[in-house]
Amino acid sequence: MNRPGESPTMATPVSDPPVLLLEGVRKAFRGHLGLGRAVAVDGLSLEVHRGEVFGLLGPNGAGKTTTLKLALGLLRPDRGRVRLFGLPPTEPASRARTGFLPEQPYFYDYLTARELLDFYGRLRGLGRAERQREVGRLLERVGLAGREGLPLRKLSKGTLQRVGIAQALLADPDLVILDEPMSGLDPIGRREVRDLILSLRREGRTVFFSSHILQDAEMLCDRVAILDRGRAVQVGRLAELVGRSVHWFEVTVVGANPEGLPAESVAVSGEETLFRVTGVEELSRLLAAARAGGGQVVSVWPRRQTLEDLFLEKLGREKAGRGTS
Amino acid sequence: MSARVGQANLRAPGTAAVVFAIAHATFREAARDRVLYLLLAFALAVIGAARFVALLTVGSEVKIVKDLGLAAVSICGALVAVLVGVSLVYKEIERRTVLTLLAQPVRRWQFMLGKYAGLLAVLLLNVIAMASVLAAVVAWKGESPWPLLPAVGLVAVELAIVTSFALLFSSFANPILAAVGTLTVYVAGHLSWSFELLRSRVPAGPARTAARLAHVLLPNLDRLDIKAEAVHGIPLPEGYACAAALYGIGYALVVFLLACLVFERRDFA
Repeated sequence: MNRPGESPTMATPVSDPPVLLLEGVRKAFRGHLGLGRAVAVDGLSLEVHRGEVFGLLGPNGAGKTTTLKLALGLLRPDRGRVRLFGLPPTEPASRARTGFLPEQPYFYDYLTARELLDFYGRLRGLGRAERQREVGRLLERVGLAGREGLPLRKLSKGTLQRVGIAQALLADPDLVILDEPMSGLDPIGRREVRDLILSLRREGRTVFFSSHILQDAEMLCDRVAILDRGRAVQVGRLAELVGRSVHWFEVTVVGANPEGLPAESVAVSGEETLFRVTGVEELSRLLAAARAGGGQVVSVWPRRQTLEDLFLEKLGREKAGRGTS
Repeated sequence: MSARVGQANLRAPGTAAVVFAIAHATFREAARDRVLYLLLAFALAVIGAARFVALLTVGSEVKIVKDLGLAAVSICGALVAVLVGVSLVYKEIERRTVLTLLAQPVRRWQFMLGKYAGLLAVLLLNVIAMASVLAAVVAWKGESPWPLLPAVGLVAVELAIVTSFALLFSSFANPILAAVGTLTVYVAGHLSWSFELLRSRVPAGPARTAARLAHVLLPNLDRLDIKAEAVHGIPLPEGYACAAALYGIGYALVVFLLACLVFERRDFA
């Protein structure tokens, strides 16, 4: 557990220079009429390395979007240091190899998808022929080929998200920053975005994204940071944070008297009783006793810690810590 | 992939390409604004109807046509600059299109310059359209329209100043406040002489200092107004129009730089 305001050390130090670096960053916003200050990010330190998928997780208001905007120079830190490809993010050169998808992106709705991508292509310094090629390729990649002539105001939210992803991938960026890319999408859309992130990783790109959907993060991320109230309560390699060891077994038994068995039942539904046991020996004893008592073992489910368990544990601990301090 | 990440190949696109792209997009967006066409139609109607107004008043018909025509070009141009200009940057921030735009390798001053240039292009076309109709009417009445050209040119310079104020207010205030601010500057700028008069008439103290500050800081738009001279054929001192144009362009540049400074310091939460 880290002290408040201090970021935890990473689970696995990486020797490459980071693509994105945040060091002791703090950002506060003035309240209404300039009264009071709300701290959005507080002493945050992070490193995102080349080729990894890094997930920024946390509940609403944790400071995820603020962190992404600080990384892109859209917000200036009150304190601390931000470096994108070794440069301050206010330097356009640092953003030349970065693509960004904001949360619920808005675009000039009178333009078509092709016109919009062409416009952003011009801002990225692509020549006419290069733009045509790149825009065609991206429209194909995000499944918009054939719909590129419609004004954006006529497109659904999910389709606009695809347009947003296409603009984030213009000019072959090394780093792609996505703010809640799965937000508001249907299951098919979410699946497509997941596949896209995985394909970006296969291409060797770095992906830094925020999400509050833990299942998605668990499927995609090499490393994660869990934010709470602007502070990183955990940063590290996903496999090391959640571990692969079994924490407990959930055993469902039918037709045996629960009181005669060497484990505490956690739920009863009709003839079925659910037991939770820790360790293989305890499991063996329960299985043997259940069979001896005339029962039938329906299922044995080894329960590993999930990102959600870690998330709830960390946030719960933080809240408890705040409550007692 | 490793070569990709090094700083050596990090390259931002050239300023001209970026500014032109933003100016072009701004031009397209501003050209879609109905207010623009409404005011243009109104100005053209005023110019067209000027000869009928002239029938009802005493004086040379052509002079009244010129007088009303130049006033229409100036006032309608200023209204377009205010009504379209004040929402230019604000809309980008409010609709959050600024997030994707400034996440591109674009400097904030390049964004502002593109916005400014795009709106100026719209205004210039607007002035050219109105002045062309006025010139046609004057020529039809048998007079040369060319003496009106310096007056029209200085109207364009005046609009550059008004637009720079619209951009400045738009970078930190909502469109209503920005419109009030810009219109106030426009009106006060045309009354610049009155602050000088006030300064000479009030006793020394805060009121005199305020009048002096207002006279010094506000744009002297009267200096750019040579409409009466153009209509009545009054000769101007040699080099006056050029000096006035330089003053106006310089003033607009300073206000534009101030707008860039304000925008540079902004957070986009």
